[in-house]
Amino acid sequence: MQTALRTSVPETELASRANSAPHARVAREERPLHVSGLSLNIRGLRKSFGDNEVLRGIDLHIPAGQFVAIVGKSGCGKSTLLRLIAGLEKIDAGSISFGDEVQAEDIRVMFQEPRLLPWARVLSNVEVGLGRDRASDDAQLRAEKALTEVGLVNKRDQWPSVLSGGQKQRVALARALVSRPRVLAFDEPLGALDALTRISMQRLLERVWRDQGFTAILVTHDVSEAVTLADRVLVIEDGRIAQDVTVNVPRPRERRSVDLADLEGSILRALLSGDERI
Amino acid sequence: MSLIDSVSLPRNFRLPRVDGLVQWIVPLGIIAIWQVASITGFVPARVLPAPSDVALAGWKLLLSGELVRNIWVSFWRASIGFLIGGSIGFAFGLANGLSQLSAKLTDTTLQMVRNVPHLALIPLVILWFGIDESAKLFLVALGVFFPIYLNTLHGIRTVDPQLIEMGRIYGMRDGELFRRVIFPGALPSIFVGIRFALGIMWLTLIVAETIAASSGLGYMAMQAREFMLIDVVVLSILIYALLGKIADSASRVLERATLSWHPAFQKR
Repeated sequence: MQTALRTSVPETELASRANSAPHARVAREERPLHVSGLSLNIRGLRKSFGDNEVLRGIDLHIPAGQFVAIVGKSGCGKSTLLRLIAGLEKIDAGSISFGDEVQAEDIRVMFQEPRLLPWARVLSNVEVGLGRDRASDDAQLRAEKALTEVGLVNKRDQWPSVLSGGQKQRVALARALVSRPRVLAFDEPLGALDALTRISMQRLLERVWRDQGFTAILVTHDVSEAVTLADRVLVIEDGRIAQDVTVNVPRPRERRSVDLADLEGSILRALLSGDERI
Repeated sequence: MSLIDSVSLPRNFRLPRVDGLVQWIVPLGIIAIWQVASITGFVPARVLPAPSDVALAGWKLLLSGELVRNIWVSFWRASIGFLIGGSIGFAFGLANGLSQLSAKLTDTTLQMVRNVPHLALIPLVILWFGIDESAKLFLVALGVFFPIYLNTLHGIRTVDPQLIEMGRIYGMRDGELFRRVIFPGALPSIFVGIRFALGIMWLTLIVAETIAASSGLGYMAMQAREFMLIDVVVLSILIYALLGKIADSASRVLERATLSWHPAFQKR
């Protein structure tokens, strides 16, 4: 499967070029062009830190290639869920299974901080993302391709310290993408960016997701970002899934459209209703 | 480093050709004033000989070959002592930074030894080694050990844990994680240790050579004192200053070469 994916690189390149003529693909905007993603099955997932039970039984199925956003108040366990999916924490009880055999390179995480190595040039930072293939002959070529996808190939020989916050995050995205992951988990990747950079990063995320067809799991505190990007929004409250909302708005979505605003409003009301009771 | 950054001149206020010379204005100025003060008799030659006399003494010693021999002996002692003490300090710093077990075993002991001024060991060292080469090497190595040990340890312990987690996520094994993340992250701190150590290296050597030696710059100065050759005494002191400066510059060059990624070292 991995090798099949890698030989399909030129196709995705074509797809990203096609993207510059949006009218040509309106008809199939709904779904990614080709689904390379993995489906996810979570059963009875629990996790506690000491006495604090963060996740109290999560049951969830995510179809391959879906874009899922997870929202909730801070401390609700959304980041913990993401870290469990990415294998960064140990599961206390329950299970997470993927639709296919997975390798380390199939699942990638992007954090709120870019976490670039300050002592490595942009290109070598992207090469880090290749995992075990770092030493292969085409490592540099693939890293360059990933940088091209995020529009930063001209910065390949720069040190990370000279990049802006948005550019650093794009390099981190290229690093996550370079191994052609089948599940990409985002832990508030845009949280530290200014409003304008956020919008262009959201477009970039949506574009690479459509081009590559990975399963995307986005943890965010921004409900408007969640409804703009995702097929489905999960609201987590007290360690459980409180709401599972499908976003049936065709893509490309117009930010601030009435449909999205309605959806955002109802999710926000549900999120805040608990506060009123207190 | 951030301090250097914030006080450095604005970008367009830079005179590249003159930059390297600016730092020498003050030392040369002091020598000029000193010369004038000596010629006018303001400073008697018994207290401090004129720079020209010092230079003359240096020239004579250079011709006799004595100066070069003594500088070479001191330089050799300094560098060998530094290499020995520095490598051991670096090795312990690495081991204790990377392994909890090693830190538990040795750190307390090392911290206790650190609080003994190493120059206080001179009587003991003379009893052990006599006034042999090994006495000087031992003292220099001991003096150099601690700054390098402490700063290596500190550097490794303060590597950003988020970067280490990132490295693990991207499948780096221990060796690669060390090479790509931990060591480069600790390097700025290691360099701080090296520069501290260079200072201590000269200090230790001067003291050791002054007290117990039969060659070297410190010995030359002590011999000169016996014969009231004050110009040679001053000459030795100046050479120490110069050697210290050279060692510091060498570490700066190395620092620039290896830390070019660091914002404080970037020429824009």
